Amino acid sequence: MATKTDLDSFRDPKLARELLDAIERLARGKNVNLMEVCGTHTVSIARYGLRSAMPEGVHLLSGPGCPVCVTSNHDIDTMIALARIPDVIVTTFGDMIRVPGSSTTLGAERAQGRDVRVVYSPLDALAFARENPPRRVFFLGGGFETTTPAIGATILTAHDEGLGNFFVYSAHKRTPPAIMAIEDDPETQVNGFILPGHVSTITGLAPYRPLAERYHVPGVVSGFEPVDILSAIARLLAQIDEGQARIENAYERGVLDEGNVVAQRMIDRVFEPCDATWRGLGVIPGSGSAIRPEFADHDAARAFSPDVEPTVEPRGCRCGDVLRGVIAPDRCPLFGRACTAEHPVGPCMVSSEGSCAAYFRYQEHSR
Amino acid sequence: MASALNDTEVRLGHGSGGAMMKRLIDNLFLEEFGDEAALPGDDAGVVPLGAGRIAMSTDSFVVTPQFFPGGNIGRVAVCGTVNDVATSGAQVAYLSCGFILEEGYPIDRLRQIATTMAKTASEAGVKIITGDTKVVERGKADGVFINTAGVGLVPPGVDLSGTHCRPGDVVLLSGTLGDHGIAIVSQREGLSFSTTVESDAAPLNRMISSVLAAAPHARCFRDPTRGGLASTLNEFAEASGVDILVREADVPVRDQVRGACDMLGYDVFQVANEGKIVAVVPADEADAALAAMRADRYGADAAIIGEVQAPSIEGGHTVRLETPFGSRRILDMLVGEQLPRIC
Amino acid sequence: MCLAVPSKIVSIDDGGIAQIDVLGVRRDCSVRLTPNAKPGDYVLVHAGFAIQVVEEQEADETLRLLQEMSDRELAEITGQQGADAPAGEPAAAPAAAR
Repeated sequence: MATKTDLDSFRDPKLARELLDAIERLARGKNVNLMEVCGTHTVSIARYGLRSAMPEGVHLLSGPGCPVCVTSNHDIDTMIALARIPDVIVTTFGDMIRVPGSSTTLGAERAQGRDVRVVYSPLDALAFARENPPRRVFFLGGGFETTTPAIGATILTAHDEGLGNFFVYSAHKRTPPAIMAIEDDPETQVNGFILPGHVSTITGLAPYRPLAERYHVPGVVSGFEPVDILSAIARLLAQIDEGQARIENAYERGVLDEGNVVAQRMIDRVFEPCDATWRGLGVIPGSGSAIRPEFADHDAARAFSPDVEPTVEPRGCRCGDVLRGVIAPDRCPLFGRACTAEHPVGPCMVSSEGSCAAYFRYQEHSR
Repeated sequence: MASALNDTEVRLGHGSGGAMMKRLIDNLFLEEFGDEAALPGDDAGVVPLGAGRIAMSTDSFVVTPQFFPGGNIGRVAVCGTVNDVATSGAQVAYLSCGFILEEGYPIDRLRQIATTMAKTASEAGVKIITGDTKVVERGKADGVFINTAGVGLVPPGVDLSGTHCRPGDVVLLSGTLGDHGIAIVSQREGLSFSTTVESDAAPLNRMISSVLAAAPHARCFRDPTRGGLASTLNEFAEASGVDILVREADVPVRDQVRGACDMLGYDVFQVANEGKIVAVVPADEADAALAAMRADRYGADAAIIGEVQAPSIEGGHTVRLETPFGSRRILDMLVGEQLPRIC
Repeated sequence: MCLAVPSKIVSIDDGGIAQIDVLGVRRDCSVRLTPNAKPGDYVLVHAGFAIQVVEEQEADETLRLLQEMSDRELAEITGQQGADAPAGEPAAAPAAAR
């Protein structure tokens, strides 16, 4: 039988085919939009070709899933201003390098000679700070609840060690407010949510309950292997079939109903909710995580006030409509013109698996 | 061309073997140099010289770190150029090498690199016959950069090119994917993780010769270096105006490479190789080609991984991957540089 | 979002740093967010932090339930339609076209 890492069982083609049969049967006579709100789900769905395997009438929409791709122009502009302070080391996740600000990207700044380094973990950034005491080291943080506690623990470590040259810029986002914001939009036609697995590892199921209770929309927490995602889709369709709206957990091996309480406490200890601007979606109240004043010494946003260029938010970007399924990507006036895979504007193009990026590549291949 | 070069400065992505680099080459270098031989986009130029034809290729090596599990920059510098020339079907004979050294680089390390180059050249049966050395001030280079060029005679009747793929042809891969890229990245600062994966850097000219002997109508060979298998297959598809279907389950990948890709969020199809060959051959010669690959010391894990198909969209050229469930996804070229991701 | 790979804990040092193994690949990770994790456990690792101990029994249970469910579904489908063409065959259109 399966062992903990026996992912092959969750990639078993036979089981996947049987689940597809179940989905086919449950989907008969229906026309439903199911949205995932998790970049790794987006990637898995693309990697395993699940979208093309769906029967007629089941549409998989990609929500604002990649937390780094939704980083706003203003946040990127501020990060770039920090990177331009002489003799600093700037560290971030690889995802952040390509996200455009008003006029440039961190990748382009690195080409200009700024010391911008990609790290796998914020702890690697902390190590740079320990090894280079005369230099100031910034970690440019983005991510959902999965990532936030890791950054929180890193800030706490720096705080406890009295590491005065380590600073974090927090562009972290919270998932549930974004999901509710999508549901609040009258144009949205989402019949069920494939809820994010590793965000839920931290948060547990409670923050999603309003989805079912207030909006009567079902949600199923899903893992990332094909069998996980297919079973979540089947369970969503089963709920829709019965007229139910419950929050279910189809990723029991990675998610406890109550979540990771230690990590939740870590978020609350170091961060407090704030309003945040999402690229392509605008301001969503309470959807950000700001560093608490207690840790101001390590908060780049408080400890520095670099000259930030005037922010130009992209005009005409209709990412919000694309990811709600209201328009197809090529109906956006920027698509393929101002906004391409290499010079992306909206999050749907910034994320290599986003709706616009996928659509764009498909067009390239048809040329 | 997909779109014009509208960058105003060189970025790292322009060197990573994917779509950005292709755009730079197509819209800047080929526009300026416009050499017919280079136009099909093959790795070596093949031109007449005297009574025969020669193939020539050049490549520069800037890998950091210079020493990594399974080799060093010297081995890659010899193998890379030998393999590029060999993919044209030529018998690689001579190499040149140019060194750009950073002031302060340890001489004993340089000797190790040179020893490795000599050994690797000898293994490949080629001679390094000329060279050049420049030293730049500290900070103006990263230790050692090496350029090598290679030439060889193309035997009469041999005509290999990425433009020759036809529907029905079979695609072979000479071994496991991603070993070099993962061996290198495991050494990078800030990503520190340890593996026992070694770079696969190897001279493949003998393997290519024996595959060509076994499959005389072979269409083309290419070593899937930067940009990985995804770039190589997309180049073939575009050059020949065909689709290519790859069966994921048939592509050999080591467990550790799979693990490292999972950890870093890499797509193994976009990870670099330095000791692998992709071959496209007619279906009736596929078994013989596979047997020839497997008989080579670097080809034990060789496999038939897919086939060439008529374009599904008129004028199109799509590479698709068939997943183990029978669903399909488009296998894209890398856009920009490969970066570890958290989502 | 959020890549998190199941990894086996090889050892944990006094500072709460564990060495983890994924298919033979090793690196360090912090167990500060999973204080109960111990060597031999599998954990989900994200950005250098263990965020959850993987529940092995749950993994087995999930697979067992899925297997049962799909067997039942399969029986229903074949019962209803006899030897129908297998559903879920890939559509011809590439994913992005939908």
